[in-house]
Amino acid sequence: MPKLVWLIGGEAGFGIREAGVIFAKACSRAGYNVFGHVEYPSLIRGGHNIYQVSVDDEVFCQSRQINLLVALNAETIERHAKELTENGAIIYDSDAVSGASHENNIRSYPIPLSALAKESGGKDIVRNMVAIGASLSYAGLDFSFLEAVLKDEFRGKGQEIVSINLIAARKGYEHASDNFRDDFKFQIKARKMSSNRLVLTGNDAIGIGAIKAGCKFFAGYPMTPISALIHFMSAHAKEFGIVFRNASDEIEAINMAIGASYAGARSMTATSGGGFSLMVEAYGMAGMTETPVVIVEGTRTGPSTGLPTWTEQGDLRFVLHASQGEFPRIVAAPGDASECYYNTVEVFNLSEKYQVPAIILVDRHLAESHMSAEKFKTGERIPGHILKQEQLKRMENYRRFSFSETGISPRSVPGMQGGLFIANSYEHDEYGFYSEDPETVRKMKEKRMRKMESLIDEIPEPVLHGSEDADITLVAWGSTKLPALQAIRMLAKEGIKANLLQIIYMWPFKAERIEKILRNARQTLIAENNQTGQLAGLIREKTGIDIPNKLLKYDGRQFYAEEIADKVKQVLGER
Amino acid sequence: MKIEDFDLGTQARWCPGCADFNIWVTVRQALIELNIQPHELLAVYGIGCHGHMANMLKCYGFESLHGRSLPVAFGAKLANRNLNVIAVAGDGDCYGEGMSHFINTARTNADIALIVHNNMVYGLTTGQASPTSAKGYKSKVTPDGVFDVPVNPIALAISAGATFVSRAFAGNIPHLKQMIAEAIKHRGFALVDVLQPCITYNKINTYEFYYKRVYRLQDENFDTGDKMKAMEKAFEWGDRIPIGIFYREERETYEESFPQLKEKSLFEQGISNVNVDRLMEEFV
Repeated sequence: MPKLVWLIGGEAGFGIREAGVIFAKACSRAGYNVFGHVEYPSLIRGGHNIYQVSVDDEVFCQSRQINLLVALNAETIERHAKELTENGAIIYDSDAVSGASHENNIRSYPIPLSALAKESGGKDIVRNMVAIGASLSYAGLDFSFLEAVLKDEFRGKGQEIVSINLIAARKGYEHASDNFRDDFKFQIKARKMSSNRLVLTGNDAIGIGAIKAGCKFFAGYPMTPISALIHFMSAHAKEFGIVFRNASDEIEAINMAIGASYAGARSMTATSGGGFSLMVEAYGMAGMTETPVVIVEGTRTGPSTGLPTWTEQGDLRFVLHASQGEFPRIVAAPGDASECYYNTVEVFNLSEKYQVPAIILVDRHLAESHMSAEKFKTGERIPGHILKQEQLKRMENYRRFSFSETGISPRSVPGMQGGLFIANSYEHDEYGFYSEDPETVRKMKEKRMRKMESLIDEIPEPVLHGSEDADITLVAWGSTKLPALQAIRMLAKEGIKANLLQIIYMWPFKAERIEKILRNARQTLIAENNQTGQLAGLIREKTGIDIPNKLLKYDGRQFYAEEIADKVKQVLGER
Repeated sequence: MKIEDFDLGTQARWCPGCADFNIWVTVRQALIELNIQPHELLAVYGIGCHGHMANMLKCYGFESLHGRSLPVAFGAKLANRNLNVIAVAGDGDCYGEGMSHFINTARTNADIALIVHNNMVYGLTTGQASPTSAKGYKSKVTPDGVFDVPVNPIALAISAGATFVSRAFAGNIPHLKQMIAEAIKHRGFALVDVLQPCITYNKINTYEFYYKRVYRLQDENFDTGDKMKAMEKAFEWGDRIPIGIFYREERETYEESFPQLKEKSLFEQGISNVNVDRLMEEFV
């Protein structure tokens, strides 16, 4: 279990998530890695919300047990006191909650959160800041880490707001220091600060990646879990010369993105499975007209409206096969915040170079969880793949969809002289004219699909995390990578050697390397956040290998590392 | 420039005598009048008989999906505001499948001219009733006649916020050309709803039907700046059918509301070296 696991709970509208992110950042600035996990129902007010922060030298995922619980209401204690480890502690609002249990050596720290919030001159919501201040004191960290975060977080909201929040946090910190100093058993000490560490979600990282990749047009319709990405792009549009369109629906969003891309702007849209269902016909049109476009699909628990605010990896097969007919496409599923950044840049470049639609597939757990990441290396130059006017002038008899050797045909955009063509959703000839001629139809289909041959060589190989020499090879994708990595470390402490095959590019599929790793493995186990083992099925289809051990979870929750570790032990025990 | 400059020399795919030919001729006449070069024009089509124009009109073309010409055109206009963008659509296409785009794009006042081939029937799928078919119209899918009332594109466009709302009749070529030229010239979202007889399937709304009823609003000195009067006129449909400009106003276009588009279009902005380091500061 990580050194410190902190959890804050209360109703929606109590500022739970905000408090969680601030606490996570303060711990990060104190030199630790953090993982911030949010749970909330599909409601704006009321309902039970929590935010959990795991803090350690190295931490990849949410934790099953906690040692410091902050209860802004009585329900939080009822639901979460049982998750506390021995010697764990409960901070609760003595103004709102009557008392806390004392089983298992659980300590309770009543703090008049409401009264202190009032004394700070703030509204009742700043209870959350009082609670964070107190938490930091128990955790044994200097107030300066929190002070710095608060100044940065609230700077945009004016000096008065900064000051109220600082006073509230300080009151909580001092109250805790005065009353229960050194009572808490899970103190962490600040370590040498690294200025190279970020705390961010998959959504945040995709947004930064998109802007870096030269995304100039973004259209989207809000939907959990990618609304935060939409907000991010909207907030930074003006500054980076991007046009953001708050679309009327997902159909408009993707068709606009395709239109903008056709006219020469790198374009993106984002949605969840339900919205992507509406986008499917246009996804096929992008394939047929060879128009690049990047689509973020953030999955939640399906089918249908399902559980809007909970996680699942149930849309892999959907995005691989969506739309009628056959056309080349790219599907990438990053597994952590860093990969969200680097894969987004990569996918934008590949989508434009190969003139194919591309999907970045993330799950709710990855899209909305905060995690530590090294600062991104952002110096890369972004190549452009659209013809220049001078190049076009030198070309005779320009054919936009020429039957080139690689299948990639030089691309003009409207406004250029000598580059006229029709982007045609009908099957077409090299100029884009409608054609039913069987020879042309066959050659055009082959030209489009030929692009996959060089594309598959250009995408990176799947990653094997850990030593080649292992008792068991885990297979995971998307955010399931995170608990799998944590499980590997847990198992190592028990002398079990496990490694992890992580598959990011689902299409095209690097079957050769994957097959080699799996054939060489002593034992294999695949963990997926879905009911039918969609990646396991894809691996079997592409390599002929049936992974016998499948750990599938489909209750809306991502795996805990313990669940994967236990399954490994069970599989190895059966050997 | 001459009309052939916009001619791809391809074989027309319309029924001999189809009113779509008239629209094709007048679009080219209007472009010549406005002195627009083929490479400066983007025409986006939906799917339907109208869409065959994609294979005949020489310019940048995008034959999109049924109902989706407007969002594709809108995205392209935002990416390159220097382009002249027209959307060519049909009644099933634009007033049925793509109705929400029709209303929502009109609201934006994006600088797009929308030309709708309104023949009040699904031509390409062999003559089923369309959203503009008259109540009582009998077809393969409405053996007892259409039960619902037809959509009123003129009234919808006015109420949705279009800044140029007009109707033309494909049998009056000079007037049709004038409406198309005015619509392209108009700065903002412009509709030309073209009454276009389908000689193969629609035996009700024929050339004769319109010749007897159509009159020009400009002949009656109609005030095109009065929204309520325009709305009233939009509901005139019977012995007399008005054609011409119902409503016109000047309003900021969608693309003009972005300060980031003042100097350069999106297409002209560099992407090779965007500095995102300051974005990371939010996440420390």
